[in-house]
Amino acid sequence: MSDAATRTIKVDALARVEGEGALYVRVKGGEVTDIKFRIVEPPRFFEALLRGRMFGEAPDITARICGICPIAYMMGASQAMEDALGVTVAGGLRDLRRLIYCGEWIESHVLHAAMLHAPDFLGLDDALLIARDNPELVQKALQVKKLGNDILEVVGGRAVHPVNLKVGGFYKLPAEDKLAALLPRLDWAMNASKELALAFAGFDFPALEQDYHCVSLRHPGEYAIHEGRIVSNRGIDIPVNEFDRHFGEEHVRHSNALQGFYQNGDAPYLVGPIARYNNNFEQLSDAAKTLAEDCGLGRQVNNPYRSILVRMVETYYACEEAKRLIEGYAPPTAASVETPIAAGRGYGCTEAPRGICFHTYALDAEGRIEHANIVPPTSQNQKQIEDDLLAVVSGNLEMEDEALKWRCEQTIRNYDPCISCATHFLKLTIERD
Amino acid sequence: MAKPKRARPKLAVWKFSSCDGCQLSLLDCEDELLAVAENVEIAYFLEATRAEVKGPYDVSLVEGSISTPYDAERIHKVRRQSKLLITIGACATSGGIQALRNFQDVEELTRAVYARPEYIDTLNKSTAIADHVPVDFELHGCPIDKYQLLEVINAHLNGRKPVVPNYSQCIECKRHGSVCVMVSQGIPCMGPVVQAGCGNLCPSVGRGCYACFGPKETPNPQSLAHWFGAELGQGRRQVRDLFRGITGAAEPFRKESEAHE
Repeated sequence: MSDAATRTIKVDALARVEGEGALYVRVKGGEVTDIKFRIVEPPRFFEALLRGRMFGEAPDITARICGICPIAYMMGASQAMEDALGVTVAGGLRDLRRLIYCGEWIESHVLHAAMLHAPDFLGLDDALLIARDNPELVQKALQVKKLGNDILEVVGGRAVHPVNLKVGGFYKLPAEDKLAALLPRLDWAMNASKELALAFAGFDFPALEQDYHCVSLRHPGEYAIHEGRIVSNRGIDIPVNEFDRHFGEEHVRHSNALQGFYQNGDAPYLVGPIARYNNNFEQLSDAAKTLAEDCGLGRQVNNPYRSILVRMVETYYACEEAKRLIEGYAPPTAASVETPIAAGRGYGCTEAPRGICFHTYALDAEGRIEHANIVPPTSQNQKQIEDDLLAVVSGNLEMEDEALKWRCEQTIRNYDPCISCATHFLKLTIERD
Repeated sequence: MAKPKRARPKLAVWKFSSCDGCQLSLLDCEDELLAVAENVEIAYFLEATRAEVKGPYDVSLVEGSISTPYDAERIHKVRRQSKLLITIGACATSGGIQALRNFQDVEELTRAVYARPEYIDTLNKSTAIADHVPVDFELHGCPIDKYQLLEVINAHLNGRKPVVPNYSQCIECKRHGSVCVMVSQGIPCMGPVVQAGCGNLCPSVGRGCYACFGPKETPNPQSLAHWFGAELGQGRRQVRDLFRGITGAAEPFRKESEAHE
């Protein structure tokens, strides 16, 4: 195969991602002439279907955008409604929200790192094949993931699409003995996630350094998970309600997910674990920082394949943080704050495991939704994914098609793309002339 | 004495329009997953593996609803390759939350969400798998309960009927000793017309059931709607929206919500 020939690399249905996606790459005369990362997930029209529904229904409806990260949707929607209604959720209720979010980070990060992403580094099709040689490693990962789900169950009533969250807080406070029973398991999981992180740190990471525009939340008092201002390593520092003035979404022919961009319409940006780590490293706990160092991570990570390590550092941190929150938990007097109905517009944004997830709603005087806009993390990362793929294909043209195709898939999986959040998403095709 | 080795049955997992939560339930069987994989060959499961073993498959689990012309064709290919086809979750069994479109003008919805509606290829209705191909078993829930999923896989592999309740949520409340939220607090609850199986989740946290598990066998939605209005003071629109939720396109619920337009 010569460089002068046209090569096409196609992945029609991308595996080990949540949802349906595809990739098409065309190479002519040794140059990449076209790259399209496609989200082929059928459109579901969430924002339009929310119109006319009561504000209180938004958390349960938007949860159904994604079975892997329902908390991101439930909490973003709740915060936006609280913002519109002029209500603040603080104290023990706020702690419970951060706690359940830690649960979601743990289950989602470990699912992705161990079950979906790690096989790429080992040249294996799936985690069950890892289990054949190393059942202890897979069992350990499954048990950490299970703990994440159990936090969701104790606080939220159910692991997928929890039932106990609402605008203003919770329907019922979690049983304190069940919270306390999580503590010894969290001690075990801190250790287990450290061992998993160190095991993954031994992988070979393909060479790729990108100059990312990292966008994340930042909170003055903590490593931001569920609250904060939107900041970037290029000087953005805005309240959540200014998001749509700085960031846009466009509709491209090849994708059912709108693509996010920064300001002028063509600038990609990065959200997710690497963006958070790069922006907020100093706010990680000392033990998490030490783990990062032991994994060979610098203060800044610019190699997207190392996102698997950042996910495990965040998993460790989330276990530690969950423990701290349970130990310091003082049960509030009520399970939720009152939500008096008023017309208005509200904004919410949280750090879904895959990156910031933005919501805004307008309510009428009866509390019904007049307008809804939701910007999930994977739509924001789409342009950056295409940018990474361009660098990967351009830099590895000597690779055989099958190997290059796998490398492209691995590159997409760096993003843990949650394609089912194509509220408004992949096949791989590489065409070489 | 060692049991005679038999060929592992081939399992395939298919996704249509959905949130992935139901197939995730299989990966969420943390304690059972490796055992399942020892006893069945996971032959096609894109969310978990890049390996694809060609059909035919002994058991296909189908998640998601049919909402595009492409998927309306694809489901027939899945059926042809599957000895047993089991649909999992509210999307596959009733059209899902995205079936709220069935009550609206899809062209208008497309214009409301997408800047370039001409790029979008979608059907006017989001429909259950059984509306398109014969289905051998329907497992309800949004999401499905993972233990029910294991029971259904187990039962089918052993040639017996799955033990999955078809009675109402109310029975589950009585068994758990949950106080009725409708009687004691006047909170509208879909429990009387909804199939049990979630584990009595909503009433145990003091809220009304919102129908994740869809209609029970022979429900009486008309009577419940009357109760919502006459006894609990819910307006027509509120009653309509109670039936028009996660499983709003399931036939008994669709009819009832349309009676309250």
